[in-house]
Amino acid sequence: MSDKNPHYVAPHEELDEVQIDQVKLSDRKSTLWLDAWRDLRRRPLFYVALAIVILITLMALFPTWFTDVMPRDAELAKSNMPPEPGHPLGFTRQGEDIWSRIVYGASTSLSVGLITVAITAVLGIPMGAIAGFFGGWVDSLLSRIGDIFFSLPYFLAAVVVMTVLSDYRNVWVISLAIGGFAWATLARIVRAEVLQVKQQEYVQASTSLGRSRMSTLINHVLPNSITPAIAYLTLALGAAIVAEATLSFLGIGLPNTIMSWGNDISQASITVRTAPMPLIYPSLALIITVLAFTILGELVRDALDPKARARR
Amino acid sequence: MTTEVITTSIDDQPHDLDPNKPLVQVKDLEVSFKTQGGDVHAVRGVNFEIYPGETVAIVGESGSGKSTTATALMNLLPGNGRISGGQVLIEDKDVAKLNQKQMAALRGHVIGYVPQDPMSNLNPVWSVGFQVREAVRANGLATGRKEVEARAVEVLQQAGLADAERRMKQFPHQFSGGMRQRVLIGIGLGANPKLLIADEPTSALDVTVQKTILDRIESLTRARNTAVLLITHDLGLAAERASKVIVMHKGKIVEAGPSRAILADPQHPYTRRLLAAAPSIASQRIGATVAEDGDDEGVIELASIAKERHEEAEAHAGKAVVEVKDLTKVFSIRRGGFKSEDLTAVDNVSFEVHKGTTLALVGESGSGKTTAARMILGLETPTSGEISVGGTRLDAAKGKELFDLRRRMQPVFQDPYASLDPQRSIGAIIQEPLKVHKVGNAKSRQARVEELLEQVALPSALAHRYPNELSGGQRQRVAIARALALKPEVVVLDEAVSALDVLVQAQILQLLADLQTELGLTYLFITHDLAVVRVVADEVAVMEQGKIVEAGTTDEVFANAKQPYTQRLLDAIPGSGIDWGV
Repeated sequence: MSDKNPHYVAPHEELDEVQIDQVKLSDRKSTLWLDAWRDLRRRPLFYVALAIVILITLMALFPTWFTDVMPRDAELAKSNMPPEPGHPLGFTRQGEDIWSRIVYGASTSLSVGLITVAITAVLGIPMGAIAGFFGGWVDSLLSRIGDIFFSLPYFLAAVVVMTVLSDYRNVWVISLAIGGFAWATLARIVRAEVLQVKQQEYVQASTSLGRSRMSTLINHVLPNSITPAIAYLTLALGAAIVAEATLSFLGIGLPNTIMSWGNDISQASITVRTAPMPLIYPSLALIITVLAFTILGELVRDALDPKARARR
Repeated sequence: MTTEVITTSIDDQPHDLDPNKPLVQVKDLEVSFKTQGGDVHAVRGVNFEIYPGETVAIVGESGSGKSTTATALMNLLPGNGRISGGQVLIEDKDVAKLNQKQMAALRGHVIGYVPQDPMSNLNPVWSVGFQVREAVRANGLATGRKEVEARAVEVLQQAGLADAERRMKQFPHQFSGGMRQRVLIGIGLGANPKLLIADEPTSALDVTVQKTILDRIESLTRARNTAVLLITHDLGLAAERASKVIVMHKGKIVEAGPSRAILADPQHPYTRRLLAAAPSIASQRIGATVAEDGDDEGVIELASIAKERHEEAEAHAGKAVVEVKDLTKVFSIRRGGFKSEDLTAVDNVSFEVHKGTTLALVGESGSGKTTAARMILGLETPTSGEISVGGTRLDAAKGKELFDLRRRMQPVFQDPYASLDPQRSIGAIIQEPLKVHKVGNAKSRQARVEELLEQVALPSALAHRYPNELSGGQRQRVAIARALALKPEVVVLDEAVSALDVLVQAQILQLLADLQTELGLTYLFITHDLAVVRVVADEVAVMEQGKIVEAGTTDEVFANAKQPYTQRLLDAIPGSGIDWGV
C-alpha cells in the first residue's frame, strides 16, 4: 500500500500569512447603488437613453430654447404644407408649426408620465409593503382590494373615468385615472419582495433591538425591497405616456385646448392619406420618448440586480 | 446502524478490477474560471490517484478548490470554467478530450455522483419515482416499463429507503433531508459505477442522520468494490471514512497520504492548524494535560480556551441571569379547511443560566431549540411558562418594560450573509442599537463604534464600508459588535458559528471566549454541533422533540451520558473514535 499512498507534504512556503480571515478592503467603496452606477456608466445605450430623456425634460421645462414659433399660431393658408425655413417639420392641417407643437406637447406627456408614476408609487408601495410585512388579515384585506383593481384593465377603467368626468379633463385627472388603477401591479411586486426581505435575520435583529414594527419596515425592509419597484416605475412612466396619447387620440383624453402629442395624432389622422407628416412626426416623438424610458428602465433594473450583472 | 439487508442483483456484482491499476489519475490539474476581474485559478497543479475500491477524501475550507477538482473529474465545470492545464485520466481516457456522448457514457456508468444539497437537487414538480426511473433509463439499466420500475425500486431499497415502492409515488417535499439524500445516493449508485463522487453528501443533515447515510454509502461501496471520492470540510469525517486523505488549500494540495498517518502525525503547518482548530479533536483532548507547543504560533488552542473558561465559570457560580420555567410553545398548523393541528415545539422546558457562564442548548433540527431561543429574545410569545432575565419577567413585559428588557439580551444569528442589512454601512449597523435606545450623542456613538470594532478585532476604517466587502467570519464579528453595543448581560448565539470554516470558527470561538472573560457576558449557545459545545459550554441541555432530555455540566454529559439519545449524538460526531496527534 505504501507505494500507492505516499505521504506527500507540500513545501511550507505557501503558508506565509499567519493571520486567518484577514480584512482585505478594496480601494474603492462598494454598495448596491455605487455598483449599479458603475455598471450603468459602462453601457453606451444608457447614455443614449439618458440624453433623450434629458432633451425631453428640457423641452418640457424650457420650450422657448427649442423654438421661437408659438404652437397656436395658425395660418390656414399653410395647411398641411411641407417644411420651409423656420418651420423644419412643416405645418398641421390648421397651419400650425409641427415642430413647435411637438416641443410644447412634451411637457404634457412628461407631466402625465411623472404624475401617474407618483400616484402609482404613493398607492402601490405602501399597500404592498404593509400587506407583505404585517401579514394576517391586513394582508388579506389589502391584497383583495388590490385584486379588485388588478382584475379591471386599467385602460378600460381610465376610459370610463374620463368619460364620466368629461367636464374636468386635465393633466391631473387623466393621471389619476391611469395611476389610480395601475398601482395594483406595483403593490404585488413590492409585497412579494417584502415577504422575502422580512425573513432576513437583520430584520429579526432589528426587532430584538426594540425597534417598533413600523420603524423596522421603514428603516430595513423597505430600502431592501425597493429596487424592483424602481425598475417597474421607470417602465410604467413610458406606459403612462402611451396611455395618455391613446386616450387623447380616442377623444376622451385631454381637451384640444391642451397641447398633447396624442391630440395632434388624433387631429392629423383625418388627413393621413393626403398629408401623413403631421401624424408621423408626433408619433415619432412619442415612440422615441417611450423607447428611451423603457430602455432606461431595463438598464436600471439590470444594474440593480447583481445576478443580472453577473450574467453579462 | 446498518441492519438493513443489502439486496444485490446481477447488475450489482462487485467490480473485478486490477487493484494496482489506478482508476483515476489526476496529473498537474489546473482549472481556471473567467470572471470580470480576469482569470481566477481555482485549482493549481493537483496530482492524485484513486485505485479501485479505495476511499479517498479531499478536505479543505471553502474556496480551497476541493469541489472544483471533483467537478473537473466529471467534466461538469460551469460555463466560465475550464481545465487549463494537466490531465484527468479515467480508466486511461482523458476526460477533456471526450465528446459529449462519450462523456455521458462515462457519467453514471463509470462515475456516480451524489451532490451536496439534497433540498435543491431533486426536481420538486416530479415524483421521486419519476426521477429515479429517469436515471435508470438514462443509464440504460433497464428497458421496458416494468423492468425500469423494478430496477428503480431496487435502487431505492439499496440506498436504504424504507417502503420504497409506495414512496416512489411521493414528491420530494414529502421527504426529509435524509430520505432525499438516500434517493440521490440511489441515483448515483444506480448504474453500479466504479467511482462514486460524493460532494459534502451529509453537511446539510443532522449528525445522527449523517452517520447512517455515510454508513450506507460505505457498506454499499464496499460490497461492490466501488471507489469513493469524498469531498468534505470535516477532517474528522474524512479520517473516519477514507483510507487516504488529501488536504487542499487555495487550489493546491498541501498534504496527502494515508488518513491515520496524517491525523496522527500531520507534517504541514496548515494541516496542523486545521487539526488544532477542529473542535471534534479538542473534545478528545480535554481533561488531558495540555502540552505546550512552543513552535506553533498562530495555532488556536481550543483546549486551553475551554480550560480557562471553566475556571472562570467556577469562580462565578452565582446568580442565575436567565431563568426559564416550564416554557411551552404550541404552534397551530393549518391543515386545510378550518381544521388545524397543534404542534408542541417547546414542551415544558426549564433551565437557568448563571452569570458569566455559557449554557449550550443542543439538539437536531426540529428539536425546538431555536423556538426556545426566540422566546427568550422576545421574538415569539410563549404559550405558557415563565422567562426571567435578571429577575424581571420577560413573558409578562409589555411596551416600555419590554423595550428596556431588550437592552439586556442581544442575539447573534446563524447566517452571516443575512444578518447584516446590505444597504447600511458597518458603522450604521453597529450604531443602530444605540440610536434606537437613544444612547449618547452622535459623537459618543461614533466613539463607541470604534471601540466595538476594536473589541472584535476589526479595523476602524470599516465603519464607512458596506457588508458586501466582508467575508462570513468578518460579518459575524460585526454582528457580535452590534450585539455588544448596548452592553447586554446575555447574548443569545443561535448557531452563530455553524456556517463558518473551521479556522474562522475557531477564531470566532476564541473571540467569544475572550469577550466573555473581559465583559462578564452570559451566553446562551444554540447549536446542533456537540463538538463545538465541548469547547465553549459550561453546561449543556440536550433537547429532543421539544423536551430537555438531559442536562448537566459539559464534563458530566460528555463523560457519562445517561440518555441513549445523548449517547447517540456523541457517537455521531465524526472522528470521535480516532486518536488525534496534534
